[in-house]
Parts: sequence; structure tokens; C-alpha cells
Amino acid sequence: MSERVLMKGNEALAEAALRAGCRFFAGYPITPQTEILEYLSWRMDEVGGSYTQAESELAAVNMVYGASSGGARALTTSSGPGFSLKQEGISYLCGADLPAVIVNVMRIGSGLGNIFQGQGDYWQMTRGGGHGDYRTIVLAPNSAQENADLMVLAFDLAEKYRHPVLIASDAAIGQSIEAVELPEFRDHDLNKYDWPVRGAKADEPIRTVKNVFYSMGDAYEDYLRDKYAQIEAEEQRWESIQVEDAELVLVAFGISSRVCEEAVEGARAKGLKVGLIRPITLWPFPVKAFEKAVNAKAFLTNEMNLLGQTMDDIRLATGCRVPVYHSGSIFAITDTNDLIVRIEEVMEEVKGGGQ
Amino acid sequence: MTEIICAGFGGQGILTAGMLLIHAGMKNGQNVIFYPSYGSEMRGGTANCSVKISDKKIASPVIRQADIVFTMNAPAIDKFESMLKPGGLLLVNTSLVDENRTYRDDIRVVKAPVTDIANELENPRGANIAMLGVLAASSDLFDPEFLIGQINGYFEGRGRKIPANEACFRKGMEAAK
Repeated sequence: MSERVLMKGNEALAEAALRAGCRFFAGYPITPQTEILEYLSWRMDEVGGSYTQAESELAAVNMVYGASSGGARALTTSSGPGFSLKQEGISYLCGADLPAVIVNVMRIGSGLGNIFQGQGDYWQMTRGGGHGDYRTIVLAPNSAQENADLMVLAFDLAEKYRHPVLIASDAAIGQSIEAVELPEFRDHDLNKYDWPVRGAKADEPIRTVKNVFYSMGDAYEDYLRDKYAQIEAEEQRWESIQVEDAELVLVAFGISSRVCEEAVEGARAKGLKVGLIRPITLWPFPVKAFEKAVNAKAFLTNEMNLLGQTMDDIRLATGCRVPVYHSGSIFAITDTNDLIVRIEEVMEEVKGGGQ
Repeated sequence: MTEIICAGFGGQGILTAGMLLIHAGMKNGQNVIFYPSYGSEMRGGTANCSVKISDKKIASPVIRQADIVFTMNAPAIDKFESMLKPGGLLLVNTSLVDENRTYRDDIRVVKAPVTDIANELENPRGANIAMLGVLAASSDLFDPEFLIGQINGYFEGRGRKIPANEACFRKGMEAAK
């Protein structure tokens, strides 16, 4: 076990990427993720990797496409408007079956928005975000520690499925400094797989990276269906807290989930049966977690967006059996005491006949 | 859980004071979080950060009501005195704040001329360390000897041994009495 060190969430994520074997980074600065670039601008050199501050977000994601084609563990990171600019590249990575990790340190707003924390990119990140018929695995850390841990997992999953993996961090996690136990260094062998375009020997088939649609013919449909079905079956991840007997189950990811965990404790102290499901994978959504919520009379999300973006997924996971409520502001992380007040309101309303 | 807001001018070592507090908390086996104020900050403007130190898990990095407000100038008091819990502790740098200033009557105010202390000890950048001495003497957050040990360890870990820091810290402790 390594010693705990103090790190900004963004720095923990960057260091963990290197320790996971990432030796290629391309990105473009934007608050609140710029510390990732700042950190890797000197640190990547120390580990013998390649760091590029690209001319744009689109260029950066396409550089990642190139590095990934050669078998490298490749990373790009951005936030808000910059993450939108990467969507074309993410769609192309999916089309070409390429692993890569793309981080969105979420910030408030559509359009330019602002540099403060937000969780408004849930739909964009879990529904594809670019053109075409794809989705990506999305991991949602809720601390600097998980920024590090999930970064390692992201690279492993990306290679397992030859598919891009997104990390949905946010400004609060990225900017906060917490104690972190960093993962051990791992070597990544560029020649581990037989598909990267690193030159084929005379007796080997030619290697190409291109849109799989063009090379697989009729088998493409089954291939895609199987890949997505396997991800949905095997990769759901979540944390459950006191869900079994809960009459109201909170649902929250990222920084909001920490407020919810504290609110569960506060509500329980008042005799209220409240629990929490924290999705760690936003896609695949942890449908299995909801099987245990047998006593839930309602669900209440807490997220830093106004439209309650996780509500649809909760309704789908539960077959719309019970009402789903939303709480949260785009401007602030909900205060635990305010959330407990909202919990009491919702429980009162459910008792009186629901929505 | 102890929730602390540190505030003052940029350059007074506000963020370093916050870092030293969470470093000590981490070494004490506690959970810690430091949230900087970030945004369109101006050079020479105010600097502040939020620090939480707890034996339990920490939820939000944001402070709504603070146990301790660690200020280094008057604008910091203007901005953050109102955020103290009743019974909370306000630390005031009398080198830069009017002696006759009045405060809320439901809080504890501990004053010390930490900028003067640092200048007298020829460690002008050590005013924040002197204020940490004031904090150690006027609260039970950390044992003072543990805290100064961790402050020294923090700087030594970065290759900077600053003996005058300890003098500032101890003078701050005395001034708080």
C-alpha cells in the first residue's frame, strides 16, 4: 500500500493515467480541467511518453485516434464546450473499434456556461453524444481517489471491448484537494494485441484500422449487438447504501452522491427509511441495483442539473412502478440539510398519494 | 468535523495555510478536503479556501457555516465573519485590522498582530504560520506540537527548511494568550 498524498482531483486523474500505462496525451486547455494538461505537460516527459497541447479539441481527439491505432493507451480530456467538440472523434473511435479514454470534467451550463461545477452532461455522455448508433461506457468518480482508481479501470475496459470509455468527473472533484493512495505503476505492452497497425510480418494478414462497418459485412450487426449486450450484462457498477428496507431511495452520482450519503445518515437519525443507489457506471446504467429496492415507494435524484437527467434511466430501470422526483440546482452542490428537508417533503407527498 | 475558511490578500500564504491544515489532518489519519475559490480572480485581490477535517467521510467540499474563520486582513472579515457558526472562532490579524473594530457578540474573536510578528522575526512570509500558531493555541483542532511538526515536515518534504517558521508559530501561540 502506497502512502496517502494530497492531490487535486485533476492531478490524481492525470497521475493515475500514467500509472495505468498511458503514454500518449493530447488535449486543449479549458477550465476546470486545465490542471490535467498542466500536470502532464511536465510529468509525461518524466515517464517517457508523448504530451501534445493540440490546436483544438477536435485535433486532440483525432491524435488520440492515431495513437490508439498504434496500440498506445491514449487519453484526452476536456470540459463542457470542449467536450462537445470531441464528439465527432468519439463517434469515429467507436466506428473503428478503438480503445481510448476521454475525460469530461463537467462544468455548468449549455453553450459557454461557466467554469463552476455541473452535472448537465449526463444525457450527452450516456446517449452517445456524436452521430451514429453507438454508446460508450461512462464511469463517474466521486472523489480524487476514484478519479485515480476509475482511470485505471477505464483503460482496462477500453481495451477489453476495443471501445472508448468516458469519465464523467466534475469541477468539484477536479478542483478539490484530497488524500489519495495512488495505484501502482503498470507497463503497457504496445505489442500485446494483434490488431494495432504496427506493421505485419510477411506471413501475417495486413493490419488496418478503419470503420468496422466496411470490413465485416452482414456480421457487423451481430457483432455490435453482442458487444453492447455484453457490456450491459457485465459492466454495471454501483454502490448501494441501506437500500433494502428504504421507503425512499436517493439516486446520485459524482459529487452529489457524497451529499446524499450524508443525507441518508441524517434522515436515518430522524427515523426515516432512506437509502442511496450511486451509479458508478452511468452507462451501462446499474439496473441490477434497483432489484434490491423492493420497499421503495419513490426515488429521489440529486444532481447538478435542472432537467433531472437521470430520471428517465431510473424510470426504465424500475418499469415506472413508483414515482421519481428530482432535486438539485445548477448553481450549487446541494447542502445536506436542504436535501433532508426535501427528503421529508417527498416522503410526506408519497404518503399522501404521490405525484 | 471542523470546517475552516482561510481568507486574506493574495500573497499572504492563505492557500498554503489551508494546505498545511489538511496535510496535518491527513497525517493525523483524518479525512480532509481543500476547496480553492477559483474563478476570475485578480492579482492582489482576495484569496480564500475552504478546508474540512473530519474523522468521518466528508460529503461536500463547500462550507455553509464555518467553525473557524482564519483571516489575514479586514476585507476577509467583511466577507466571512457572517459565515461563522454561533460560538465559532474568528482569527484576526491586528497588524492590518483596526483595534476598535466590533464583531458579532455570539462568536469568539482571537486577535494577534501576525504580520508584525513575522516581520520582527525577519520571516515576512511567515505571517500565515504565526496565525496557525494562534489557531493552535486557541482551538483544540491539533496539538500545537503535532501541528508545528507537520508544518516543518511539509516544507522539508519540498526541500525547504525554514527555521524561522517555528519561531513565528510559537510567537503566534504566545500572542493568542
